Amino acid sequence: MENNVVLTMRGITMTFPGVKALDHVDFTLRKGEIHALMGENGAGKSTLIKCLTGINAFEAGEIHVDGIEGPVVNHSTMDAQKKGIATVYQEVNLCPNLSVAENLFIGREPRTRFGTIDWKTMIRKSQKIMDDLDMNIDVTQNLEEYSLALQQMIAIARAVDMESKVLILDEPTSSLDDNEVEKLFRLMNRLKSQGVGIVFVTHFLEQVYAVCDRITVLRNGQLVGEYLVEELPRVKLVAAMMGKDFDDLAAIKSGETPDFSHAEVLIDAKGLSHRGTIKPFDLEIHKGEVVGLTGLLGSGRSELARVIYGADKNQTGTLKVGGKEAKINAPIDAMNLGMGLLPDDRKAEGIIGDLSVRENIILALQARRGMFKLLPMSKQIEIADQYIDAVQIKTASRESLIKQLSGGNQQKVILARWLATNPDFLILDEPTRGIDVGTKTEIQKLVLKLAGEGKSIMFISSEIDEMLRTCSKLGVMRDGAKVGEITEDLTQEHVMKAIAGGGSNE
Amino acid sequence: MKKKINSNTLLLLITIALFCAMYIIGCIIYADKGFTHLQTFLNILINNSGLLCVACGMTCVMLTAGIDISVGSLIAMDCMFLAVGMENWHMSPVVLIPLVLIIGIVFGAVQGFFISYLEIQPFIVTMAGMFFARGMTAMIYSKQISVSSNELFKKLANIKIEFPFGSYVNRKGVEQIPYIRIHVIIALVVLVVVFLMLRYTKFGRSLYAVGGNEQSAIMMGLDVKKTKLKAYILSSFLCSIGGICYCMNTMSGSVQQALGLEMDAIASSVIGGTLLTGGVGNVIGSFFGVLINGTISTLVKTNGKLLSSWSSIAVAALLCFFIVLQSVFAKIKDSKK
Repeated sequence: MENNVVLTMRGITMTFPGVKALDHVDFTLRKGEIHALMGENGAGKSTLIKCLTGINAFEAGEIHVDGIEGPVVNHSTMDAQKKGIATVYQEVNLCPNLSVAENLFIGREPRTRFGTIDWKTMIRKSQKIMDDLDMNIDVTQNLEEYSLALQQMIAIARAVDMESKVLILDEPTSSLDDNEVEKLFRLMNRLKSQGVGIVFVTHFLEQVYAVCDRITVLRNGQLVGEYLVEELPRVKLVAAMMGKDFDDLAAIKSGETPDFSHAEVLIDAKGLSHRGTIKPFDLEIHKGEVVGLTGLLGSGRSELARVIYGADKNQTGTLKVGGKEAKINAPIDAMNLGMGLLPDDRKAEGIIGDLSVRENIILALQARRGMFKLLPMSKQIEIADQYIDAVQIKTASRESLIKQLSGGNQQKVILARWLATNPDFLILDEPTRGIDVGTKTEIQKLVLKLAGEGKSIMFISSEIDEMLRTCSKLGVMRDGAKVGEITEDLTQEHVMKAIAGGGSNE
Repeated sequence: MKKKINSNTLLLLITIALFCAMYIIGCIIYADKGFTHLQTFLNILINNSGLLCVACGMTCVMLTAGIDISVGSLIAMDCMFLAVGMENWHMSPVVLIPLVLIIGIVFGAVQGFFISYLEIQPFIVTMAGMFFARGMTAMIYSKQISVSSNELFKKLANIKIEFPFGSYVNRKGVEQIPYIRIHVIIALVVLVVVFLMLRYTKFGRSLYAVGGNEQSAIMMGLDVKKTKLKAYILSSFLCSIGGICYCMNTMSGSVQQALGLEMDAIASSVIGGTLLTGGVGNVIGSFFGVLINGTISTLVKTNGKLLSSWSSIAVAALLCFFIVLQSVFAKIKDSKK
């Protein structure tokens, strides 16, 4: 082992049923560095971390930790912790009902002569830890009194105080705002100067360039390479992660926005509303058109979609579908009219983890047929295979449980579910949230392809550039009302202005 | 640094205040019926010493987000075992009492094993325990039995620990000295020991951690399964101590004894600020919960004209009040974030 290396992983290999999750992956961590572990969803980042911390067992390879003779195999998180490898996960793993001091010390509390917990010492030590980190926290208060960001920092403080040599931060920033991220970075830099080796897993490219010294990139369970940050510009990093050139992304941007004014109107909403969530709005969607809804989070984008789909009951106005007036009281009515909705919260509303990919795909189709008219198995298999192929779901087999798939692939399964019902009108609410760049591009392409086949699509997204690439018309939402439509001059700047208010297309 | 009162402390204060208010109102309304005498209060302790032990154990289990509904039946079984042991088998309480405690530990260990290692719902497991213990009570002896022949036990039960103050002269002109029984002392010792255990031992804090977030507790290196197992052993053990207290108070065994006591214990814990979802609670609160429970039935009894069912209705109303209060506090806490 080199002198300043704290952790080496060599030739780590592990397979999930049918999928090679890690294939001879190497990873090296040095003292006092912040090392980013990058890759698309499903590239094997989490699996590699889990092999290290003992949650997953690896089949081949060796792990060496500075100061420990021979190869190291951890069997649990605790095991890893004892060897100086601490992990802080995306969700805070502390007890909200205990005081900050206890959260820092539980499991290793200072004791008095009688073996009872020495509260005084515990509180004094905790306060010192917090003060050292410049955190203005009263350690006797319960953890739940503090913000998520502070809780995250306390979790890190706990990990670090256990004299860890290696600190793994698994997507710690996803729930933090900019200010809090800044604080976290300061803490990371301080630890770095104390010689701790930090593994930083994140989705945010700019954060990597803000704090990291080195980047290791994984793709499809294989090591792409280890780079110094200065030597790997952003575009090249993305290319390394995706395994293709960046130009691919730009390629799908259509040059001309097609003109739909003469096409058949599929959805014609006049004055629809739902009390408390969305004010009356008009919306026209033509056949084969992709209409985007833009606006800040909570501006009523999803709510508008829910009213059309009948998830929230419409209270005013009229809705015409294909020229005929439609009464939609519940989602099943909408489904029977050929609509489909891909909800934004796919964990809670979309996937059913313990069912197979096939079962998840045919779910909506089956629901429309009714509970007692079961689709014949041969038909189910045919449909599942057709859509696994059509939307390119990466799965070991059609019978794999959907929870074993990566986030992006789960999203594709839900998309396939609605495509299987052959809808005329599909609402996609944040279909690309939380999935990697490559899959995003695939989904965008798919949307355009579907539109080309004559389906109408409502596309809701927080990412403006993605909407600009796919939509021919944008509805602008603000404070629960549809405040405008943009059909011409679809540029980022123009859309931003419209969202912010004072847009000219009102 | 200024200390903020957090909502849990506030809930406890409300419980204490409510008890005081209730007691003072009782003193004002029923002054002529002797409610103001110290002995009235001491009688609440004497009549509820068993319940207090059980409530302490229940609180520990509820802290882990569990529940133990076997306690009422276990008390009946303990009492029956003691009574039949002394009356029919002519055994000494010196042997019987340790036996009862051992039965409690074994009973709790079995329940705890099912709950923590086989991961079966605590409600189901302890419900099975409840039926089992009630059935065993009838198996030991199917009729009511009084403890009358064992001199040692009678002597123990009849010890009066008298107070040097608070005496009064009754209508017959006899001076009444306020007293408590030995089982009240036992129950109060249990209360203090459990209080200290919850605050100052690793096991005590682990109970809170497990109830706060089980997953986190595992991640922080606590042995969650062992902690849960110990909690159920403790509950049944304290329940057996409670059974001994109960037997000292009633001096009898019966299949119908302590029916629904588990619900009184849960009610006392909840009124005392313990959350059914775990992680929050304290035996001091449960103590006042027991006192409130006792005060309500004493008030109804003192009135004389009210049906005893009124005390159940009053407890029901209080429970609603406290549960609503807890959820309002939780809402406020959430909205602050």
